[in-house]
Amino acid sequence: MITSTGWIIITAILAATSCALVGTFLVLRKMSLMGDAISHAVLPGIVIAFLVTASRNTFPMLIGAGIFGLFTVWLTEELSKKGRIFHDASMGIVFTTLFAIGVIMISLFAANVDIDQECVLYGEIAYVPWDLWIWRGTNMGPRPVWILSMVLLINISFITLMYKELKTYSFSPQLAATLGLPVGLIHYGLMGTVSFTTIASFESVGAILVVALLIVPPATAYLLTDRLHRLLLLAVLFGITSAVGGYYMALWINSSIAGAIAVVNGIQFALVFILAPRYGLLGKKLGGRRVSKSEPESISHPEPKDIRETLP
Amino acid sequence: METLIEFFSLQDPNIRYVLAGTILLGISAGALGCFAILRRRALVGDAVAHAILPGVCLAFIFAGGKDPFMLILGAFFFGLLSMVTMDFISRNSRIAPDASIGMVLSVFFGFGVVLLTFIQTTGFVDQSGLDDFLFGQAAAMVGDDVLVFGGLSAMILVVTIIVFKELKLVSFDPSFAQSIGYPVKRMEFLLALLMVLVITAGIQAVGVVLMASMLIIPAAAARYWTDSLRIMLLIAAGVGALSGVTGSFISYTAPAMPTGPWMVVSAAFVFFLSFLLAPGRGEIARYFQKRNFSHKVACENILKTLYSMEEEDGRTDRVRPGKELRKRRHLTGRTMKQVLSSLLRRKLITYYGGTPDGYMLTPAGRKEAKRLVRVHRLWEQYLSQHLQIAEDHVHEDAESMEHLITSEIEAQLRTSLGSPELDPHKSRIPYDTDESKPSGSAAEEDSKKSLAGKAGYKPGEKGKGGAS
Amino acid sequence: MSKNPAVMSTPDRASNPPLEVHDLTVAYDQKPVLWDIDFELPDGSLTAIVGPNGAGKSTLIKAAMGLIPASSGYTLIYGKPLDKQRQLVAYVPQRESVDWNFPISVMDVVLMGRYPHLRLFQRPRREDREIAMSVLAEMGMDAYHKRQISQLSGGQQQRVFLARALAQDANIYLLDEPLAGVDAATEEVIFTKMKELRDGGKAVVVVHHDLQSVPGNFDRAMLLNLRMVASGPVAEIFTDENLQKTYGGRLNILSQMIEESRQQRFVREADS
Repeated sequence: MITSTGWIIITAILAATSCALVGTFLVLRKMSLMGDAISHAVLPGIVIAFLVTASRNTFPMLIGAGIFGLFTVWLTEELSKKGRIFHDASMGIVFTTLFAIGVIMISLFAANVDIDQECVLYGEIAYVPWDLWIWRGTNMGPRPVWILSMVLLINISFITLMYKELKTYSFSPQLAATLGLPVGLIHYGLMGTVSFTTIASFESVGAILVVALLIVPPATAYLLTDRLHRLLLLAVLFGITSAVGGYYMALWINSSIAGAIAVVNGIQFALVFILAPRYGLLGKKLGGRRVSKSEPESISHPEPKDIRETLP
Repeated sequence: METLIEFFSLQDPNIRYVLAGTILLGISAGALGCFAILRRRALVGDAVAHAILPGVCLAFIFAGGKDPFMLILGAFFFGLLSMVTMDFISRNSRIAPDASIGMVLSVFFGFGVVLLTFIQTTGFVDQSGLDDFLFGQAAAMVGDDVLVFGGLSAMILVVTIIVFKELKLVSFDPSFAQSIGYPVKRMEFLLALLMVLVITAGIQAVGVVLMASMLIIPAAAARYWTDSLRIMLLIAAGVGALSGVTGSFISYTAPAMPTGPWMVVSAAFVFFLSFLLAPGRGEIARYFQKRNFSHKVACENILKTLYSMEEEDGRTDRVRPGKELRKRRHLTGRTMKQVLSSLLRRKLITYYGGTPDGYMLTPAGRKEAKRLVRVHRLWEQYLSQHLQIAEDHVHEDAESMEHLITSEIEAQLRTSLGSPELDPHKSRIPYDTDESKPSGSAAEEDSKKSLAGKAGYKPGEKGKGGAS
Repeated sequence: MSKNPAVMSTPDRASNPPLEVHDLTVAYDQKPVLWDIDFELPDGSLTAIVGPNGAGKSTLIKAAMGLIPASSGYTLIYGKPLDKQRQLVAYVPQRESVDWNFPISVMDVVLMGRYPHLRLFQRPRREDREIAMSVLAEMGMDAYHKRQISQLSGGQQQRVFLARALAQDANIYLLDEPLAGVDAATEEVIFTKMKELRDGGKAVVVVHHDLQSVPGNFDRAMLLNLRMVASGPVAEIFTDENLQKTYGGRLNILSQMIEESRQQRFVREADS
């Protein structure tokens, strides 16, 4: 039998793994904040699903939230194109407005909607062991574990099937387009998995922690490696350690588990940021000294890539 | 109606506080938000707003309750800390700015949540007000709060006005500003400081989660109405104030309604209206611009067709059947009707109802048609002579350019080419030899006017090349 | 002549060159992008900085102006440190470096060139507006002074940037790719203006992408590829050896290009 502690940790690990996998591509594509936007903007979708089904049934909620997630992505891009505003501003307009509408809907239907705005923000992972899925009278274990496992399965198959395409796309969408890859499919596929991951995770860990799990582990890993497959593995690893570490930290100081996981993620990043051999602060200090000693061997032709990085 | 009067009579001191607070917040956030969106820092505000939570919680813990001054201090400190952290991460590592924004946002907020649960489990006596910082509760504002937060907003506005010139320069072209020895770093820090201050001031009313929208949405809406930064700031401030009033009013009439989200939704509504209706930049205006232009093109093409029919048989007194015009231009019946009636109204063509019935150019119409054919052929000649483009490739470009060439550019083309007689296809280029001034017809004035407002075509690029 | 007080009161003008850069090394992430650059420029000179893509041309003037941090090196303006002499230098960034949709008018942009002559927080005076108008007229852009900058063509935007530099009324002009992607008329206006500045005794430095047009338009050049391959009068340093050193294996294409341009010029001269 798995204890309630066990179920909570399993839930956290599943969420962390799913998030790290898709988050890696978001970080590489410099779209990290799309996760933030989606996790906020799905609120109206959840409320509508709640109103329609009059229950906390998960599948309608996933569908409602999924629709709003993709809607956010689409609207952000359309607004940015048609309205001629910067992408980040367009994202800010779309997701804050949708979130505000969600909050208003909750207050409007407070009698019918049993959703706590704060839960949306920081989740209720501590209640996972009691959120059971009873199927034909049999106790199948906590529902979120099933849902998160399913999402993880989707993410793994998506990344395995589209690995080559995603790699090219996250390096350069233009290149992917010129190579004849289905860029639209890759983009919306990725955004779709981000939406599902976000929604499935945030039911248990909350909107903000989803953002932490999507961005921080991949960013931490990004300071340690240049290889995509290692990046994915390291990101998952950091996600899992933060999940486990966060749980015990929360237990220790008697606080919110989701918040503690985010804090552990921050600590992990800070350590790697300082200590990473090549891209960390210390690594750069040491490397910086190396450069002043060794003269470049000959007149080389620096790759354009280096130059682009130099020029702001 | 009654509530409306009750609300705006400002009898209730509570209403006065709430209104003053939300309006001041709307104004300062709106104005400052302009710089945020123009410098592509829109979502930095979001991160700062979230990052303020631990500051609020710590202030709460240290003050042992809700003390506006301590709260501001705590919030301000953490807001600034988050700014510095974001900047430090993206400056000193390969992490892109968006990832560092997301990290700071979530980790700081997570820390805030940890502190919040700590406060709740430790059982502080007066912890009720703390949750308001998540979504804001303007209705809970009392006199002291308004004094502190309102004073803050007023200070932000004054500073923005004083350093307007410098902020404009640093936002538009920081490397130039640095090159002339401006303290760019300090200016950027000042801007960051102002932003943190405005967010600090705003959390009471809107809450940390939605604060960013009060920076972004009014500014984005204002951008549609003007091309001047000063006016953009004013409009954004107005939109901010308006959404403050709306938000407060709605939560006054329906006390269950949260002020913050309603402020956001009303600002978003103004944004949506601007996006649709703003003259020049709005969707509707652009739709009509597009339609007017294609109408103009269709009209001009009909004139040209009539003229080329005259060229073919050398007769200006023949009636040309509508059917044939349609066959040559491939227009739908409806467009054809619109185009012909517009040309008739402007007296560029006349209609003869006999058999066969049809259309003829009027002298004014002929002149305009001549002009079109002339600029078309001049452009072809220019392309093939100056840009060495093959003769069989110039027609298509000229086909679209003829609708854009102003009399200014035409004059330049003529000086550059020396008013040639033939185009590359050896067709005659028709000039208004009977008149000293080639321009002046009503239709031309009309087309010039419609071109002047268009940003799409830039006379300097290709046309002026002719002067070289 | 110049209304710039700093220009009049510089005592060391006669003895020191307007611009000297010494020992300049710029590294990014442990990779050097500029290595040990040294050069001086005389008054009344028009210098092109040329080199292959990624050779550090823009980096050179940015680092010389202190806009990006350098690992080592320093810049002197008339023998004095740059920071005391910034008023004497006008810098024109690459056109792509700013957001041309920014809500600002042509006049506003040019007025920014007057900021060095204004105190912090001081508003531009009438005098500054007059100067701005006159430099706009010099660039043939006075009719556009009320336009929002996005309504200009690329060439016109570049002219506005140059007008802003002129409004600074400086002694040294550093221009980053002012001729990239501009129309023929603008190119001519800019070349004419640069030559005018040189003839007025100013030192003009231009990051330039088009090797062909260097000999005809510039009197000095710097051949740059990570290091300074050669610096001096164009006629002296444009040797096959130097170009080979600068452009490496790409020289084949290059000599072809130069050969072509010679032929073209020959044809053009024969025509006229």
